[in-house]
Amino acid sequence: MKNHPISRRAVLAGSAAAGALSLTGIPARAEVQWKKYAGTKLEVILAKGPRGDNLQKNIKEFTELTGIQVESEQIPEQQQRQKAVIELASGKPSFDVIHLSYHVQKRQFEKGGWLADISGYMKDPNLTAPDLVESDFSAAGLQYAKNDKGQMLSLPWSVDYFILYYNKELFQKKGVAVPKTFDEMVAAAEKLTDAKEGTFGFVGRGLRNANMTLWTNFFLNYGGEFLDSKGGILTDGPEAIAATKMYQTLLTKVAPPGVAGFNWMESMASFTQGRSAMWIDGVGWAPPLEDPAASRIVGKVGYTLVPAGPKGQYSATYGDGLGIAAASKNKEAAYLLCQWAVSKAQGARLLQAGGGVPFRNSILNDPEIQKGVKMPKEWLQSVIDSAKISKLGLPVIIPVAEFRDLVGAAITSTLAGADPAAELKKAHEQFRPILERSEKA
Amino acid sequence: MSVTTQAASRAAQTEAAPERELRPPSYWPFVVPALVVVLAIIIFPWLFTIWMSLSEWKVGSPTTFVGLANYLRLPNDPRFVEAVGHTIVYTALSVLLPLIFGTLAAVVFHQKFPARGFLRGVFIMPMMATPVAIALVWTMMFHPQLGVLNYLLSLVGLPPQLWVFNPGTVIPSLVLVETWQWTPLVMLIVLGGLAAIPIEPYESAEIDGANFWQMFRYITLPLITPFLFIAGMIRMIDAVKSFDIIFAITQGGPGSASETINLYLYSVAFVYYDLGYGSAIAVVFFILIVILAAVLLYLRQRTAWTEIGGGA
Repeated sequence: MKNHPISRRAVLAGSAAAGALSLTGIPARAEVQWKKYAGTKLEVILAKGPRGDNLQKNIKEFTELTGIQVESEQIPEQQQRQKAVIELASGKPSFDVIHLSYHVQKRQFEKGGWLADISGYMKDPNLTAPDLVESDFSAAGLQYAKNDKGQMLSLPWSVDYFILYYNKELFQKKGVAVPKTFDEMVAAAEKLTDAKEGTFGFVGRGLRNANMTLWTNFFLNYGGEFLDSKGGILTDGPEAIAATKMYQTLLTKVAPPGVAGFNWMESMASFTQGRSAMWIDGVGWAPPLEDPAASRIVGKVGYTLVPAGPKGQYSATYGDGLGIAAASKNKEAAYLLCQWAVSKAQGARLLQAGGGVPFRNSILNDPEIQKGVKMPKEWLQSVIDSAKISKLGLPVIIPVAEFRDLVGAAITSTLAGADPAAELKKAHEQFRPILERSEKA
Repeated sequence: MSVTTQAASRAAQTEAAPERELRPPSYWPFVVPALVVVLAIIIFPWLFTIWMSLSEWKVGSPTTFVGLANYLRLPNDPRFVEAVGHTIVYTALSVLLPLIFGTLAAVVFHQKFPARGFLRGVFIMPMMATPVAIALVWTMMFHPQLGVLNYLLSLVGLPPQLWVFNPGTVIPSLVLVETWQWTPLVMLIVLGGLAAIPIEPYESAEIDGANFWQMFRYITLPLITPFLFIAGMIRMIDAVKSFDIIFAITQGGPGSASETINLYLYSVAFVYYDLGYGSAIAVVFFILIVILAAVLLYLRQRTAWTEIGGGA
């Protein structure tokens, strides 16, 4: 009670003042009627992870604020996606609020018409606090949350930028500078590789499907665009071939053996054990890297932007949001919950623990919140800098999973020596009909 | 007790006899619950799967009847064709290896030696563990840089291997896990078979001067063959539908080098949400399993025949 940010007295004083205002006859500014839906019960389906933890841990505060009861469950990401899609397609989902992965599900959810349009709620002062405005979300967040018609279908919750993690100790030992471009990165990785010692310059995802999130960092920085104006896929063009060659060079010449089968877990293991000097992956891994129980390189990790390519410097961006099922009967109450989950207080907790990065600039750029961040300052700086060069990391199409599997397999096979251009061509011959069918249906 | 029951049922029969033509047999109501369950959880899903396999059925889109189009896609789908090959190799290896090692282990544990019971207990421990937990442990053991397996190889002077991280060695490496886990099962079955063999044939063979290998080859092996078939059948059914270990260790990778039919089927149906095509794969997969099981049953009958023939 002592730590409660808002004392009861302040609330009473505030409401008394509001009451006095209304007495004066001046139309009072409407306030969010948090208690209006008291007694409602909400069901929430979450993907397992720090976002879900953060929501569940503090949900009592929401119930105190609104009187709304919340039942939530966390399910491992892949299974959560399947369960959600199957239930939504059935027309009678068991949940009101859903945690969705934009980079995989955006188009699919829009096409299914499964999410409620919340644009109206966002303009309603009875439902929305004045600090929650569209313009506070980063461009990537709005791109993810809005459909073609400009309707908001969800509230962007947490963004995942890809950054470069590097091992400062190994860099110092070999006298290598932090790379700013791909060419410098390859040169640095070559210097840092010492196969006899068992240390390598670079590590990253090689496993089919998972590898696409890394590969697109190269693709974007070689000037790649995923789709042409008619929605045709472009990931077998010259930019893609150049990106794949870079990917192939890094993962075959200066990466640990067997990297073709590495997902983030194996890559992180290699990096935390000090056996790889550089790793490109999502910003969310700082907590395990800085945890003495899980990492041998605590305090030695450097965080910086993904190096620039010949055509620019972008940070491949992924993210998740909270949406309301179109079939839900408690949409307003559900909206209050979503709003609370992306609020400043909740977002600050998420950022400070390193469990995610809010899409809202007012949270990320608040010096007070920044002070409380438990991760190294460099990490926070890499997040802030990445936000400025953020670009969506996967094409916004329905068959994202097929895309990641087919093109991902092609890219993995280049690690065994296959020719990038030929493999990409073959994969796209298979993928194009799938894409066409999905858009047509 | 049984006498009264018999008398009662006889009485019931005589009473019911004149009306038998008019009334359904009195046991029908007792069959109905089982029938309903079987219809609801086996027959209906089956028919529904077949119907789905004849439709273009993508989650979130309207369904349309397309006849055999989904089946015609199969032979032209390189991932499916590859998956069939992977399934066959994976199954063959993970039936044969546990059978060989399980039989050897059973022969060893059939001998009497100190602490046999305790060691038997230790030997069957892998069977008790959860496949997904095992898979995660093995994933780290396979790690080419940090895994304990390469360390062990280095102790005996062998070069490090890539295990599940290389398309060429991924299936044998997965079979290694499967073999490690399921050899004890084969051992238990064969051990039961060995316990049932009478000792007289061995005594007479010893008198005739047969050595250990001859006794194993001409007495033990033929007598435990029926048990081997049972073990083989159980292993085959398990191996064909194996999912957990492969999914947790490689997710079908690297590339699609360890993608079996089951994994591909899962991707198509629950990751790509193409339920129609997924159903078609399920139907083909089912037919494949039926054929395999039929072949094994046939072989089992053949060996039973030769047993009698040999004995006569």
